[in-house]
Amino acid sequence: MLDLTSVSKTFFAGTVNERRALTDVSLSLAPAEFTTVIGSNGAGKSTLLNLVAGALLPDSGTIGIDGADVTRLPDHRRAAYIGRVFQDPMAGTATTMTIEENLSIALARGRGRGLRMGVTRAKRAFFEAELASLELGLERRLKTVVGLLSGGQRQALSLLMATFSEPKILLLDEHTAALDPSRAELVTRLTSEAVERHHLTTLMVTHNMDQALRLGTRLIMMHEGRIVVDVAGEQKQRATVADLLGAFEKVKGAGFDDRTLLQ
Amino acid sequence: MIGAVELGLIYAVMALGVYLTFRILDFPDLTVDGSFTTGGATAAILIVGGVNPVLATAAGGAAGLVAGTITGLLHTKGGINPLLAGILTQVGLYSINLRIMDGANVPLLRYDTLLTPLRDNDLLGTAASIGIFAALVLAIKVVMDWFLNTDLGLAVQATGDNQGMIRSFGVSTHATKILGLALSNGLVALCGALIAQYQGFADISMGIGLIIAGLASVILGQALIPPRIVVIATFAVILGSILYRVAIQIALQVGLDPNDMKLVSAVLVVLALVLPKWSVLRRVPSIRSIRRSAAVEPTAGDR
Ligand SMILES: Nc1ncnc2c1ncn2[C@@H]1O[C@H](COP(=O)(O)OP(=O)(O)O)[C@@H](O)[C@H]1O
Ligand SMILES: [Mg+2]
Repeated sequence: MLDLTSVSKTFFAGTVNERRALTDVSLSLAPAEFTTVIGSNGAGKSTLLNLVAGALLPDSGTIGIDGADVTRLPDHRRAAYIGRVFQDPMAGTATTMTIEENLSIALARGRGRGLRMGVTRAKRAFFEAELASLELGLERRLKTVVGLLSGGQRQALSLLMATFSEPKILLLDEHTAALDPSRAELVTRLTSEAVERHHLTTLMVTHNMDQALRLGTRLIMMHEGRIVVDVAGEQKQRATVADLLGAFEKVKGAGFDDRTLLQ
Repeated sequence: MIGAVELGLIYAVMALGVYLTFRILDFPDLTVDGSFTTGGATAAILIVGGVNPVLATAAGGAAGLVAGTITGLLHTKGGINPLLAGILTQVGLYSINLRIMDGANVPLLRYDTLLTPLRDNDLLGTAASIGIFAALVLAIKVVMDWFLNTDLGLAVQATGDNQGMIRSFGVSTHATKILGLALSNGLVALCGALIAQYQGFADISMGIGLIIAGLASVILGQALIPPRIVVIATFAVILGSILYRVAIQIALQVGLDPNDMKLVSAVLVVLALVLPKWSVLRRVPSIRSIRRSAAVEPTAGDR
């Protein structure tokens, strides 16, 4: 579903500020595979997601989505394939617009936008049903401006907006990190439910190793722009936080790519 | 005073255009001073050339669409900062406007214009003319409200709110910005075409400082009616435009020099922008937070 081949990205290449964010990363996700991504700050996790989304273009390598080469497509032309939720709860919604307006915008993902009414009665009924599934009472507040919602409510709404139009790929970048623990727990649960329900191929960055192990079917660890651990299935089920920390210490010492660290 | 209300209604068409860029797109567009004159000049020269006034007026508006598109292209494809892109178009239009008029002004008094029927029947400055102008402005307002609530209109609104978000849903913000700028300057130029016919001439300086009048109208109206939804916001803009013209009229009647009016307008806008930043006055809506004030936190002016 998602295929990255030898993707590299360097910021400010050729200057004193040069930063290699990704080095020769290859990654292939099967349909409906739910992959969690961990790694220390600056490991290149956000850059990886930005490259998939098209917010950044790679220096080299190719990116394919569902067989189509999207390497050079800008973000808005990839949007039909990709749903995103960002760390900042402000980032995923238009805060001066109402809940129903935001949902209408999201529902038209990747389709041409013409002169039909944005919010219709039929859509409203659909929005109410979808919002009810969040169990936050938002279904009674369709005309509330999103800026008035709490961070957790906004993130739950962003998640709904990213998923209910069933994109091929869902990208989550520490989308629970800015929330208090109980809200983070709620959004995490909603995430699992949405991924399950829509069979979304998902890349989820998290700083929480426990969460990375608990959720999803595959786990990758990044370090200095490379994927250094990649486990799935049984092996991921068995892995513990201690294993991950051990692997991380080994990578730090070795400083090179070793995908067999957990074996 | 009826004359001021009339003017306020006609200039409201321009103020609605300014609302579209400043408030909806969050794009401080200075094309306005030039495109207003372009609209007036185009309509005037066509009327003098014997073209039907309705068509001439429409052509004036269309010239504004083109002007706005150019500013939009300069900003999006050329990567030029919004203020500079607007100023470049505005300055360029100065020469173009002189070319269109083949001189610095075009008198219209001897020609049939859209306003000739009103003038001939002595309806200007009466309740009848106010009714007619009000109907025209409200019709434009209704169309604008409708547009902003379509799928495309929502995308334009979101562009001014959160570009990353609307792009992530598949909208080219280049396209929405160009569209918004074109429509805005189309309205501004349409207003210029009407004003030229109302005052009986087009001239090269008719648009100078107009952006301040537009801003003042938007700010004034929204200070009186805090807008939550587009339908109310556009109404507030029209009201603001009328109040602005009435205020100017009163200032003139108490003996202020007409030449000082631009300074008075500029000071008014400065006050409206600065006062809300002082903490005692935080509750007065600020330039940014008045756009659908309900949405924004107290410090949104600093966002
Ligand atoms: N837009 C950018 N401009 C310059 N450097 C960047 C940019 N984005 C990321 N980087 C750099 O690339 C590296 C990887 O960053 P990032 O992908 O954000 O890491 P992570 O999300 O894993 O913390 C870091 O060294 C960071 O400073
Ligand atoms: Mg990051």
